[in-house]
Amino acid sequence: MNKIAYPLALFCGLLAVASPALAGPEEDRQAMVKHFKDAYPKMDQANFIYGALAFNQDALNQYKSIMEFPPYVEEMEKAEKLWKTPMKSGKTYADCLPNGGKMIAGNYPLFDNAKGKVVTLEMAVNDCRTANGEEAWKYGDPKTMGLLTAHLRTLSDGMKVNIKVEGPAATKAYEDGKKTWYQRKGQLNFSCASCHTYGAGDKVRSEILSPVIGQTTHWPVFRAGTNLVTLQTRYKGCNGSVRHVGADPGHEIWNNLEYYHSYMSNGLPMQASVFRK
Amino acid sequence: MHIKHLSGALVLAACLVTPALAAEPAKPGLTGKDIAFQLPKGNCLACHAIAGGEQPGTLGPELKDMKARFPDKKELAAHIADQTAFNPYSAMPPFMKHGALTQEEFDKLVDFIHGL
Repeated sequence: MNKIAYPLALFCGLLAVASPALAGPEEDRQAMVKHFKDAYPKMDQANFIYGALAFNQDALNQYKSIMEFPPYVEEMEKAEKLWKTPMKSGKTYADCLPNGGKMIAGNYPLFDNAKGKVVTLEMAVNDCRTANGEEAWKYGDPKTMGLLTAHLRTLSDGMKVNIKVEGPAATKAYEDGKKTWYQRKGQLNFSCASCHTYGAGDKVRSEILSPVIGQTTHWPVFRAGTNLVTLQTRYKGCNGSVRHVGADPGHEIWNNLEYYHSYMSNGLPMQASVFRK
Repeated sequence: MHIKHLSGALVLAACLVTPALAAEPAKPGLTGKDIAFQLPKGNCLACHAIAGGEQPGTLGPELKDMKARFPDKKELAAHIADQTAFNPYSAMPPFMKHGALTQEEFDKLVDFIHGL
């Protein structure tokens, strides 16, 4: 190495280590992986797709046996029927979505540069609806959007989460989502991170707190049998638990949070419409 | 002075938060233990093991030997009122800073916790 290149390389190296401003989404994700590796060195993080169940082998075994004959089979039949029902134009959702809706959920949310905002899979569904003569559904509605995505997302089972943050506008949306993750809210003053980064694996009463990694891989969930809950409905529910009146599903604050949140699961396989307590 | 500040804070809180979020008046007969164990009140059990409480959480340390840890009850009270003043990273809700308990409930709760 010549006389100029060496100090320059050293300087750049120091800059990379010392300046947090240079940290991007991938550095954030790797720091999160390291955080959990330090906290739970013996745990296989691949199991984080099971959420809190990853911390309790008995509960995980019970979950796996429930999933052999899930109590929400009839709901899934309704979901498939809804998926196959043509819209007013005569086209189906498979005609409208990329790749017929198969193996795409892991790419969402994505940043749409033309629109200048984050687009969730649910927004893509509503775009299909409005382009084909239908009214947009309410985000988070378990009987319409929730039910349709309960089937749609299963078409991506096994796909690895593949969120991309490219360019300044996308980075800004990601950073906004990250800020929401760490921002304390409500009378009880919790952030998402309080429980699901720093507290994951600990218990609140008898419930184990799930880790941020893996959390976005399996929505919607059917809680207590047949109660369908979407990811953003759960966000609002979490806000309620800390006594904060949260935004409704579909709000940009949640879309950007989902963008950051999903990035933390990059590389993990998706499995939709699963059972949760 | 203290009462004046508190009533001012309550008026401010009433303007800023929805009624459902403001601390409801203490029910007569609610003990410090009730307040520590019940979900809508202190709910200390959510995170701390406490003698006599079932299915405690593990986010915070067990509450025991409190007189040895806090010989001065006022110091314990300050921690319960706003733990983030001592440790900004603490997950513990700042109960009095955010008006989650009435003064009467808070006093009863501090007495109970200090006795553990």
